[in-house]
Amino acid sequence: MTSSREKILSSVKANQPALKPLPQLELPVDVNLDPVENFTLIATNIGSRVFPVSSFDEIKEAIAKLFLPGRIVSSFTELADIAEIRLTDPDPHSLNDVNLAVLQAELGVAENGALWLPEDKMMQRILPFICQHLALVVSKKDIVRNMHEAYQILGNRNPGFGAFIAGPSKTADIEQSLVLGAHGPRSMTVFLID
Amino acid sequence: MKDHAALSEEFNIDEPRVNWHDETLWFIRQKRDRMAHGIPEWEWLRETASQIKNNVLSNLSAYLEQFEINALANGITVHWAADAKEHNEIIHSILKKHQVERMVKSKSMLTEECHLNDYLTENGIEVIDSDLGERIVQLGKEHPSHIVLPCIHKKKEEIGELFHKYLGTAEGESDPQVLTEAARQHLRDTFLTRRVALTGVNFAVAETGEFVVCTNEGNADMGVHLSEVHIASMGIEKIIPERKHLGVFLRLLTRSATGQPITTYSSHFKSPRPGQEMHIVLVDNGRSRQLGREDFRNSLKCIRCGSCMNTCPVYRRSGGHSYHSVISGPIGSILAPNLDMKEFADLPFASTLCGSCSNVCPVKIDIHDQLYKWRQVLVKEGYVSNVKSVSIKTMTWVLSFPALFAFAGKSGRWVMKTLPFLVNNKLNPWYKSREMPVPPKESFREWYAKNRGSK
Repeated sequence: MTSSREKILSSVKANQPALKPLPQLELPVDVNLDPVENFTLIATNIGSRVFPVSSFDEIKEAIAKLFLPGRIVSSFTELADIAEIRLTDPDPHSLNDVNLAVLQAELGVAENGALWLPEDKMMQRILPFICQHLALVVSKKDIVRNMHEAYQILGNRNPGFGAFIAGPSKTADIEQSLVLGAHGPRSMTVFLID
Repeated sequence: MKDHAALSEEFNIDEPRVNWHDETLWFIRQKRDRMAHGIPEWEWLRETASQIKNNVLSNLSAYLEQFEINALANGITVHWAADAKEHNEIIHSILKKHQVERMVKSKSMLTEECHLNDYLTENGIEVIDSDLGERIVQLGKEHPSHIVLPCIHKKKEEIGELFHKYLGTAEGESDPQVLTEAARQHLRDTFLTRRVALTGVNFAVAETGEFVVCTNEGNADMGVHLSEVHIASMGIEKIIPERKHLGVFLRLLTRSATGQPITTYSSHFKSPRPGQEMHIVLVDNGRSRQLGREDFRNSLKCIRCGSCMNTCPVYRRSGGHSYHSVISGPIGSILAPNLDMKEFADLPFASTLCGSCSNVCPVKIDIHDQLYKWRQVLVKEGYVSNVKSVSIKTMTWVLSFPALFAFAGKSGRWVMKTLPFLVNNKLNPWYKSREMPVPPKESFREWYAKNRGSK
């Protein structure tokens, strides 16, 4: 008896048309576009709050002003006095009560306000999704123009899991009314650091 | 079994509701336009995406094998399902192995196509859909009416009633903010207590063996990262060759779908987290057959954005359920007859062939051409009702005799003028919801002969 694998592959092979070439991805780059300015505009449009900062002291001040007291978790040693910087319990369920997670994004994308967050900067995969509020810190020099540039820089790097995250969790499933905070974070804050 | 025309008629009874449905979807189409017009290289993106997908379809067997090798190396278990039944059995066997009777599932049109929920329910397994729109239609014991906006046919008051009954919200509460918050609490509890989570797949990369799942709500990630087992179901056509191609498709998908620049989450799954199992089920279910139909294989390029539905003048005014198929609208009407020509023979006729669907399609599928071609196949194969095929045949016959055509036109105009009740009655489907026009005094040919013919 042939397995489904063989059956599917032989049927696909028999039915697929003659080979067509892959197109080149020559990127039409808009050199006039200022990445940081554009990122800020688009990220704000999709519901993120964007703050340019020059130090972690400024980030701490902003956190104190923006968020109500609660459990804070962060991968930044600079925030050790206000956040847990090491997670001892490997059970993802233990993060259900996190109010704020502060993590480092590897890069930001100007055209859509998304930030790339790989697993090795997540502390735990569930953290950026289960927290009530998410703050991502990204260096201004790591803002790229578009997704083509983003994948050029990332190459095939993926530590196991990674996500582009653009704004707070949202839904418009009820009569197209936009509601922030569907299942994931209710707010997204981006700290653009020099 | 009611056909598209009969089901549309039911949807059309409530005229204000039809108008509301029409306007809501057109609003999304306009948002899509604004996004597309904001990207100067939009047409380059569409063309590139189309060519990548053409390459995929022409080399699919090799890409599937490449994906399998890389996914296995990443620690993912790969399953192959020839049809819906096998897909469902594979899922069930994984659940049985882990002795699990409850599962949480994010959006997957493929599992709808396979009727997975029904199958698992019959086998004593509870499935909770975690996408808000899907949860709403699940509570209402319905199916999604749109692939991206599952409950676009429902009014907030109806959703409020369902939530009052099942989630304990206050009677009469219909504020989307309040209802969404209630769903958030209810589903968070679900995420925290399920050991198995199933997701769909938007793109799978042959080169790296990873797959991408896109959501706005974060429901796929909430389910998966809290689970011990992640199962992903994907149609075999979801493969793309290289990771950099994601850049092209992620730029197009959400702009086309909802007019957002990208979904909130584009999650790239490459390997399970320590202690977790990750399974992927590659499903054919008629796709390799469609690949062999030269006229229709391009339908497999679809990335499920739903823009053809939002723009379709028929879909907007007939509602997704009128298509009585899992995927509704123009793209559904060219996919469904591949699965069952008899059951879905009416769908390629549910179109004006205006071509708006093809114009907005981000991967340039010739949707309206395929609708037209399906009509011909379905008539030839004998799947079209007698009334329609006899009238088409009669028309063909009349059109092949110019004198007869002229006579028929003249008699028609005479009837409309002299005996209007013969056409202004319920037997004439064109009389529904419209007055018949005043017949012209002469045909274009008569007018032309009189005014231009002699010159």
